[in-house]
Amino acid sequence: MINLLWLGLIFTGIIVAAFTGQMDKVSEAIFQGTSDSVQILLKLIGPMALWLGLMNIAQKSGLTELIGKLIKPVFRLIFPDIPEDHPAAGAIIMNMSANMLGLGNSATPLGIKAMQELQDLNSESERASFAMCTLLALNTSSITLIPATIISLRAVTGSTNPAAILVSTLMATIFSTITALLLDKIFRLFSRV
Amino acid sequence: MIILLDILQKVSLWSVPLLVLIIPLYGHIKGVKVYESFTEGAAEGFTTVIKIIPYLLAMMVAISVFRASGAMKLVIRLLKPLFDSLNIPKEVVPLFFLRPLSGSGSLSYVSQLLNEYGPDSFIGKLASTIQGSTETTFYIIAVYFGAIGIKKYRYAVTVGLLADLAGFFAAVFICKILFL
Repeated sequence: MINLLWLGLIFTGIIVAAFTGQMDKVSEAIFQGTSDSVQILLKLIGPMALWLGLMNIAQKSGLTELIGKLIKPVFRLIFPDIPEDHPAAGAIIMNMSANMLGLGNSATPLGIKAMQELQDLNSESERASFAMCTLLALNTSSITLIPATIISLRAVTGSTNPAAILVSTLMATIFSTITALLLDKIFRLFSRV
Repeated sequence: MIILLDILQKVSLWSVPLLVLIIPLYGHIKGVKVYESFTEGAAEGFTTVIKIIPYLLAMMVAISVFRASGAMKLVIRLLKPLFDSLNIPKEVVPLFFLRPLSGSGSLSYVSQLLNEYGPDSFIGKLASTIQGSTETTFYIIAVYFGAIGIKKYRYAVTVGLLADLAGFFAAVFICKILFL
């Protein structure tokens, strides 16, 4: 599917540009895309190093295991295939918390760390495991207590109540998270192991 | 309500500094050489991120082409009647397509709407809620799977995009009840 999506975006883009005479913009956009992606990732290196460092301490001291044990009941339900004392649990719960609190700088590194732990349990290293798909679903829907970026944008644009959208965002994300988890369960049932 | 928000913002503000303190402190008590362990873990930061480059670059080049060519505007125009029939305010329809593709693109579109209609208008609140309730699914997939070299995504893209769809429609529905 991703192959078709990728080709589809490029294909429709170039065809439309051919008809509308926007090829100069497309040509520019291609190289803009390459440098944008590298720039985004350059900014990720620092937070990534920080969290991998902290998580290494947490792992060695047994803290990740401890967190994993604490959240076991909920965790079993969503990630049935992760063993109880596996460090993935701790990384996943920290990734989810960072998402909820709107800590964008920390959520991505912790999510990547969680994926690395899940790769440890994966039997086929180039294919996403069930648990990876679930973690991805949780990250794309993510219950949000504090939509930090948008609150500050509202404040900058002169809102009298920047936080007015807190409840609506929370409700919408609760709905999208439940939908994502249900869909994830359904797709699990219908795909072969 | 306001007190709750205050508490939440405090939690958000304190959580990272506290973790930066508590994790090493707990490690030290448990006899872990904290500085050495930190640097040993952090050393992986660079290589981890570098591995993501091909995946994110591929994704962002395709998305840039799609947006710059005007193909995206065309898709929005073609599907507009569908959104009209669902009573979705036309101002936020572009967000439906932009949000999963580009985080910075959708944020700058929302900021345009906030400037034009005012952040406290219905459109302003709706656009803000949509931005807060949905995610840049293509970025998340490229980064999370790219970092560990996953090439077969299975149903992850479908579920991610459907989650965005659910978030979008839930935001419209809830905002209409709360703010209209």
